[in-house]
Amino acid sequence: MLIRRPQPGDCAGIQPSEITDEQVYLDRRNLLRAALAMGVAGLGTAWPAGAVSGGAPLNAKRNPAFHVSDPPNSYDDITTYNNYYEFGTDKSSPAANSDRFKPTPWTVTVSGAAERTGKFALEDLLKPHALEERVYRMRCVEAWSLVIPWVGVPLGEVLKTFKPTANAKYVAFKTVLRPSEMPGQTVNVLQWPYVEGLRIDEAMNPLALLAVGLYGKTLPNQNGAPLRLVTPWKYGFKGIKSIVEIHFTEKQPPTSWNISAPDEYGFYANVNPHVDHPRWSQARERKIGSGLFASKVPTLMFNGYEQEVAGLYRGMDLAKNF
Amino acid sequence: MPSVVAVRRYIKPSLFLACLLPVILLLLHAFNIGGTLGTNPVEMIQDTMGQWGLRMLIITLAVTPLRDWFNAPWLIMLRRMLGLFGFFYVLMHFLTWLILDQDLYWPGILTDVAKRPFITIGFAALLMLIPLAVTSTNRMMRRLGKRWKTLHRLIYPIALLGVWHYWWQVKADIREPLLYLSIVAVLLAWRVWKKWRSSARRRAAPAVARTPGGATD
Repeated sequence: MLIRRPQPGDCAGIQPSEITDEQVYLDRRNLLRAALAMGVAGLGTAWPAGAVSGGAPLNAKRNPAFHVSDPPNSYDDITTYNNYYEFGTDKSSPAANSDRFKPTPWTVTVSGAAERTGKFALEDLLKPHALEERVYRMRCVEAWSLVIPWVGVPLGEVLKTFKPTANAKYVAFKTVLRPSEMPGQTVNVLQWPYVEGLRIDEAMNPLALLAVGLYGKTLPNQNGAPLRLVTPWKYGFKGIKSIVEIHFTEKQPPTSWNISAPDEYGFYANVNPHVDHPRWSQARERKIGSGLFASKVPTLMFNGYEQEVAGLYRGMDLAKNF
Repeated sequence: MPSVVAVRRYIKPSLFLACLLPVILLLLHAFNIGGTLGTNPVEMIQDTMGQWGLRMLIITLAVTPLRDWFNAPWLIMLRRMLGLFGFFYVLMHFLTWLILDQDLYWPGILTDVAKRPFITIGFAALLMLIPLAVTSTNRMMRRLGKRWKTLHRLIYPIALLGVWHYWWQVKADIREPLLYLSIVAVLLAWRVWKKWRSSARRRAAPAVARTPGGATD
């Protein structure tokens, strides 16, 4: 790593997401065969119904409104340096231990304060929406950051289809519980299954994304396949992965890291360089992929999304509501 | 039991190379030989150095008990080298943090040392290691005489601070620091037990001449 080799993100003219991954290219016959086997059912929808694991190409249009000046991290960076304790606590564990996980078929249960509740196949949840690609910064609470080209649909648009009632003040999410496929869940480092939540206005903010892919392909298991939350103005742990439950509720839902260490991780978990973690500073961050001798860079308020989200927290003491 | 010559000629040089292995591997991986430093190279270097610093200190702490358990007095000849490697790795861990992680950004460094308890603890352990490294030579041992042993008991709080420093920086998975703590606890408890036993024996049989250098470690 002393000498930085050219990486996908380096080419100025060609978007990394436009380049077909070598493995996908080599596997094109199988992909065609799979597509034929699915018949016409697979045509016309952006979500490939037959996709069995990460890396199936998605039909997503880039949304130029959500873009950052820094180039995205390489696919390798994004898929080998992960915090997903369901697959182990080292950064390399999720990539190493997630191959047994089966993200298809996938069902999401919707419940609580909404008119339309029940079990929904992931394909049905996604069908009414066009997939879009958005390049977001992602800031981990551990003071490192990545730039990731996600593919997904705005969370608010999906939530609206369930017609939440006036009592829906919050929305809670739950990760799947499958200790046989997720070896980390057999160790009690956190309470399983992982739970997260947002205030309903946060969830309806156009920035909040339900991601199903990255770099133009379906999510690899280690990144939260097949469905995860992305809230780029919050620390990464808010981005709950492999979501199986969405629950509308009147009360603020419990969240995993807050249960684990309430004085260190709050419900809001907004990126804030002025409010330090009790054990470390949040003023600066290491940009992953910047090399051995690069300096840390200052962390931006709301991770640089102040314009979009500051209004949600007007009048709130952010040091108290961390 | 190997002869003093064998320890000097073969065992110590081999141990020296073995102790250098983690740093050699890091260097090779930095040039992508036989592996890489991963996605976050700074973190990889810092964690490796810190981990080996703690491990070396614990191994140093284990020398005396192992000597007694396996009746292998020659092991003591390796203790200084192990302790100095512990200091070396802790110092490299600190320098990695200072230079590569903090980029010598002094306002941040000073605030962290003063305000972040886990960094304060680690820094205190490093400071306490300095006099031990400085007085590790034969000349200093002779000059300090009995006080040398007293001074070098600092390794006990240092090892505990090291484990604490590690414990406090993990987010939720405390299994590894817990393992280190258990080992340090056993090594220290053994010393307490040994001391207690020898003083109990002395009380029971005051007439019996004391063996020199009984339970002083």
